[in-house]
Amino acid sequence: MIETPHQPPEAVVGTEVAPPSPPRDPRKIRWIRRRRALTGFWRVYRRNRMGMVGLVLLAGFVIMALAAPLIVSDEALKPATAPGVAFEPPTADFPLGTDDFGRSVLDLVIFGSRISLLVGFAATLMTMTVGAGVGIAGGYYGGRTDTALNALTNWFLVIPWIPLAIVLASILGRSLFNTILVIGVTSWAGTARLVRADTLSVKERPYVERARALGASNWHLVTRHVLPNVMPVIFANTVLTVALSILAETTLALLGLGDPLSVSWGILIFDAFDAGALSAGLWWWLIPPGVCICLVTLAFTMCGYALDEVLNPRIRER
Amino acid sequence: MRSRRYLLRKVLHATGTLLFVLAFNFVLFRAVGDPVKLLTRSSLHLDPQEQEALRQEFGIDDPLPQQFVNYLGDSLRGEFGYSFISGRPVIDSVTEKVWPTVLLVGTATILSTVLGIMIGIKGAWRRGSAFDTSSLLGSLTLYSMPEGWLGMILLITFAGALGWFPAGGIESSDRLTGLPHLFDLARHLVLPCLTLTLGYIGQFAIIMRSSLLEVMGEDFVLTARAKGVRDRDVRRRHAVPNALLPTFTLAFYSVGFILGGAVLIEQVFSYPGLGQLTYQAIDRNDYPVIQAVFLLSSTTVILFNLLADILYGYLDPRVREA
Amino acid sequence: MSVLSVRDLRVTYRAKGGDVPAVRGVDLEIDRGEVLGLAGESGCGKSTIGSALLRLHPAKTKIEGGIILDGNDVLSLRPGRLRAVRWTGASIIFQGALHAMNPVRGIGDQVAEAITVHKLAGEREARVRAAELLEQVGLPARRIDDYPHELSGGQKQRVMIAMALACNPSLVIADEPTTALDVMVQAQVLKLLKTLQRELGLAMLFITHDLSVLVEVADRIAIMYAGLIVEEGPAERVFHFPDHPYTKALAGAFPEIGDSQFRRRPSGLGGDPPDPQQIPSGCPFHPRCPVAIDVCPSLEVELWAAGEGRRAACVHVSGAPALSETRP
Repeated sequence: MIETPHQPPEAVVGTEVAPPSPPRDPRKIRWIRRRRALTGFWRVYRRNRMGMVGLVLLAGFVIMALAAPLIVSDEALKPATAPGVAFEPPTADFPLGTDDFGRSVLDLVIFGSRISLLVGFAATLMTMTVGAGVGIAGGYYGGRTDTALNALTNWFLVIPWIPLAIVLASILGRSLFNTILVIGVTSWAGTARLVRADTLSVKERPYVERARALGASNWHLVTRHVLPNVMPVIFANTVLTVALSILAETTLALLGLGDPLSVSWGILIFDAFDAGALSAGLWWWLIPPGVCICLVTLAFTMCGYALDEVLNPRIRER
Repeated sequence: MRSRRYLLRKVLHATGTLLFVLAFNFVLFRAVGDPVKLLTRSSLHLDPQEQEALRQEFGIDDPLPQQFVNYLGDSLRGEFGYSFISGRPVIDSVTEKVWPTVLLVGTATILSTVLGIMIGIKGAWRRGSAFDTSSLLGSLTLYSMPEGWLGMILLITFAGALGWFPAGGIESSDRLTGLPHLFDLARHLVLPCLTLTLGYIGQFAIIMRSSLLEVMGEDFVLTARAKGVRDRDVRRRHAVPNALLPTFTLAFYSVGFILGGAVLIEQVFSYPGLGQLTYQAIDRNDYPVIQAVFLLSSTTVILFNLLADILYGYLDPRVREA
Repeated sequence: MSVLSVRDLRVTYRAKGGDVPAVRGVDLEIDRGEVLGLAGESGCGKSTIGSALLRLHPAKTKIEGGIILDGNDVLSLRPGRLRAVRWTGASIIFQGALHAMNPVRGIGDQVAEAITVHKLAGEREARVRAAELLEQVGLPARRIDDYPHELSGGQKQRVMIAMALACNPSLVIADEPTTALDVMVQAQVLKLLKTLQRELGLAMLFITHDLSVLVEVADRIAIMYAGLIVEEGPAERVFHFPDHPYTKALAGAFPEIGDSQFRRRPSGLGGDPPDPQQIPSGCPFHPRCPVAIDVCPSLEVELWAAGEGRRAACVHVSGAPALSETRP
């Protein structure tokens, strides 16, 4: 017969209530602990003004990206079925004017959020998987594995990323996937270095030594001890990486290395530039996508810094 | 004696990295395929005899290791082949365009570093003040802006709408000399340099600020104050030198990024430097040029990183031991 | 001849969660050539006092009361005069084993800085004096240009001592000078401190959590708990014949080598020191006190006479008001 633990009445904030008798199942204990850690984390994060502003901004853009197909019709995006006259400044019908095909810039900007955010997230996924993987592997195993991986990481760190991106993109060709790949290839090393350093310090901690003495396998040590403790660094770095990936996508697009068939904010700006918007002074086409990029990057950066402060109490306001 | 070993190690490391870069460059472009086919793909029409002659010249039929050695030799001698587009030796195009870029990138790096550090110091020392909050916000915003776009905005505003600065190029078409010429150069340099500077000043300010904040919490700062050292001397002699170390290395490492940023900025401002050369090479798949620029920029970055390591060893005595 | 006279010192930190009263009314007196030991657990406020004497706390901290150091009213000094008094009136020996020295400057440089900042000598003379000071603490003068990371923990502590003596202060505040060191090195550093104190006739405020150390070094001992002094008196007597139950526990917690009976009667103290924002009513020690009686939670304790030159803040001492008087 399995005993169900006695559930106490809801605790009123501030009063001392004896904790419920712990459930016997270790998995349940772990989930309870995780949930408690998350609520605690959220409580601290909530107090960080910068982090909250960033989060709100972010939520706004994500909603915009998800809702885009509902707001913008397919025809509005196709050059052939463009609704307006080309190069028109903002009017009531077209609040942000039109592009060289007569498409509404506002529609383009709303829809562009999808690709920009998609590339940002996808490139970050690649960067974090490779970077964290290499960092933890090198840091944890040490020895020759570490020397080799570290040399590889350092090499990628030294190479200036734009020339490398240019070289790769010109060889691989211009497509969305290649853009993501190129950003991933040029960004993973930064993460790897950071994660390796953190892994090295976590590895030395007493509880890891103890677990090893108890006979834990490498897999167990890495997944149950090292990874959870390196997670905060990885998480904060992930958020900042998304910001950098979005900026990188913009740079690549502006260099003419973006996918000509998709619509991202960076590609929008490139199209404008290519069509002579600079000399013609078509500010309504050039400014909005850039402002969006700026705001999204700011949002991610603010969240990233807030996370850094929350997870690293040393630099918090004393 | 310890320092000399440190120096040697760093130089060897840099040379090794450089070799890897060369190897990477070599492999990548051979991997793309037959260079001759690439040539013919890019609109140059060659008959079979010319193709064969080119083959001989490129040494394609030689064994791969031999090709690599040839490639190394060529690179060291500055033989980077001929541009697909102009047909001129790549090295000529490069040497023509290198100084404008050096001027642009050099000025931008110095300005963004020095100003960024000053702002960061002031912000950290007076944490929470109006200056601190506004400079932090400003730094974050600038950091979040795509540089190319920022350049475009500045161009439209200051050159287009307000007409304070020329819309591009490095100098005006009138043949000026002496002081008016310098002034003209400066006028043309302002907007592109400003763009690059603004792009990186935020980073330096933020890093310097957090570095100094961390140092300010250290015990030795308290010791200095307890000794009766004036506030500004505590900052100048104890806090800042320790906080400067990471920022300092960042400055050198940033040269690579600023160099990369110059590609876009030069195109936006029609500034005839290496950046513009690169941009146009990308546009037309001019591989020899792309390859050469990659090599050059990598070498520059490796060199600056080496300089950074050496100077860091000089500034931080703890590092020399390792 | 009083070097330090502290009256009703109160130090309150300003934190986001509210005010934290770290020191709640402390009186101290140190005469020329006298060593006063200040002991207590972490968080009792003893280190706060050390920093408060030179006004080293962040500007937000509230410091009230009277601190007369070498004839100067420290709390009312203007910044320029305060800086002049720092290090010359009193200097602090921090825990040198940690990051108490600038890692990118030589040790001689940092010792000499104390001298040049107070314009006691020019640069060259200051350097010579720094070399002398290093010799005085047992370090060879040729190491004058070494960097802190090139020294061992004990050596770094010696440099901190040399630094503290640089301006011939009237009072030396030793803030946990031996805590981070190995036991053997601890003994050496303690011996050095004792020798220097005697030779130079220094007045010293020795702050530590380790009562057994104070027995060797101090003339008088004051015990702190929850921001207040709860016992004071001659060092030997306080340690061997404590009056306050807290002191008894502290003294009992240190094993004496050679005492075979110690193992059989361990007397550690249960519980934790109180949170400064939630100090118990009446006598702050009553929740952990083995001899607390029913009046303790409501009794406003003060230092009452407990014998020859001794005082303790406990209802059980001889000088405490009779119980019948304290009942409301």
